[in-house]
Amino acid sequence: MSELSKLNKNLDLSSETIDGEIATLNLGPTHPATHGIFQNILKVDGERILSAEQTVGYIHRAFEKLAERRPYNQITPITDRLNYCSSPINNIGWHMTVEKLIGVEMPKRVDYMRVIVMELARIADHLVCNSVIGVDTGALTGFTYMFQQREKIYDLFEEICGARLTTNVGRIGGFDRDFNPEFIQKLRVFLNEFPKKFGEFASLLERNRIFMDRTIGAGPISAKRALEYSFAGPNLRAAGVDYDVRAMNPYCSYQDFDFNIPVGNDGDTYDRFIVRQQEIRESLKIIHQALENLPEGAYHADIPSFYLPPKEEVYRSMEALIYHFKIVMGETPIPKGEVYFSVEGGNGELGYYLVSDGGRTPYRLHFRRPCFIYYQAYPEMIKGALLSDAILTMSSMNVIAGELDA
Amino acid sequence: MSNDHILTEALNANFSGLEIIKDNYDCLNITSSEHDVHGLIEFLLKDLGFAYLTDLTGAHYPNSENSEFQVIYHLHNLQKNHRIRVRVHLPKSNPQTRTITDLFLAANWMERETYDFFGITFEGHPNMVRILNMDDMDYFPMRKEYALEDETRTDKSDRYFGR
Repeated sequence: MSELSKLNKNLDLSSETIDGEIATLNLGPTHPATHGIFQNILKVDGERILSAEQTVGYIHRAFEKLAERRPYNQITPITDRLNYCSSPINNIGWHMTVEKLIGVEMPKRVDYMRVIVMELARIADHLVCNSVIGVDTGALTGFTYMFQQREKIYDLFEEICGARLTTNVGRIGGFDRDFNPEFIQKLRVFLNEFPKKFGEFASLLERNRIFMDRTIGAGPISAKRALEYSFAGPNLRAAGVDYDVRAMNPYCSYQDFDFNIPVGNDGDTYDRFIVRQQEIRESLKIIHQALENLPEGAYHADIPSFYLPPKEEVYRSMEALIYHFKIVMGETPIPKGEVYFSVEGGNGELGYYLVSDGGRTPYRLHFRRPCFIYYQAYPEMIKGALLSDAILTMSSMNVIAGELDA
Repeated sequence: MSNDHILTEALNANFSGLEIIKDNYDCLNITSSEHDVHGLIEFLLKDLGFAYLTDLTGAHYPNSENSEFQVIYHLHNLQKNHRIRVRVHLPKSNPQTRTITDLFLAANWMERETYDFFGITFEGHPNMVRILNMDDMDYFPMRKEYALEDETRTDKSDRYFGR
């Protein structure tokens, strides 16, 4: 028997055994097609998925326990590492939770500045997710172009706070510094140039026949099931429920802005993609409005016992030195109580449940992580689908490993 | 009448022994006994439209006698945009309550997470195993008795900060 025919026979044999037999396939924990550390144990018949079981917790870092040992200011860097595609939203959400506990109102300028930063982060988050959907359908071009734009957004973050990915932006009580003129100028350039580039990306995929055939009907979920699974954010809206924390419980003066909440119909990959595309356009609208109407005034609230005084003051005045010391050592009295506060994160309602016993650290802090909750529905969404659609569904759900495992 | 008043009246008409308090942050806190909590959440879901389980988590208060553990449910009525908090106290000797996975599918992993960190078991849960920590762990890390740092370390003690 020649080598070639031996090979052919082997091939035939293997195709016989695969057909009609149920195989167990271990997708992950590290798999080049999943973006992050996700393990799925699949039962497959050929390429069709019969059942799936997820394993989570590979990058669990015990954030909730860590937070019980850290003063309030030092928890901000932890929140960076939840949904690291849009860390400014996590940071500001945390700051606003503490501000709610203290019971302090922010000046309008702080609200508007926060809105600008958060909407930029939302654009960056959605850009990653949508361009990666493109990659998983085989369209790498859009990804390379949109990552260039995401770099521009990160340049803007760098101008605000010096960091790019894990931003640690702002402080409890506002921002550590005002927007500098370079930032405003760079933001205007970005707002001028981005829509054209984004339009190119949209025209590559949004009405692309091949892309539509590939994504329509992949990984669908009905509105009813989505609500039972406590979906949130773009995934819930793609299923047809118009729940957006920004509109339902406006925080940070979102009620001042005119924006629409895009809603899908079928809850499939294509709808999720389109909802995010529309949300990017709405976010741009919000940034335009916030930038044009940016109020004058202070960039932080007047709460000396929580907001660090300027460093020059610390060297010159007694009061500033005392406050500086007390804040850094976590010595500021904080009210007892418990609050739940949520913001619209990149992938859904990001909530903070904070219990304070008046001590220097939270008594209990729980993060409501949207993708931890909606990732439960994944087996149901991919049941009966092809393996390649399962990969696509996961990337369109925008499951971020850091947030999933906390 | 505000949403809170309507809700309070409806609950008092159907349940006895509930403790309903509005906190300083305008959120209604309903404390229920372990016996009633499943029925209460079912009533909130089916009759009062609290169809969205925002969050489910636990907490540990080692100093409160016979109610060391709490399970805290955050429910949301999306039609009326009304958020409430339901709480149940559980004793250290038997930290167990009925699962609500039959009412909310989303409760599945949230209850597993609560079990994983606090050792609170949910009776009737389809798969009551650890979720984020490794399976052969023999303690529940979010309980207060498990200190984050080495207990012999004294430089971070609160007494150095005047407490």
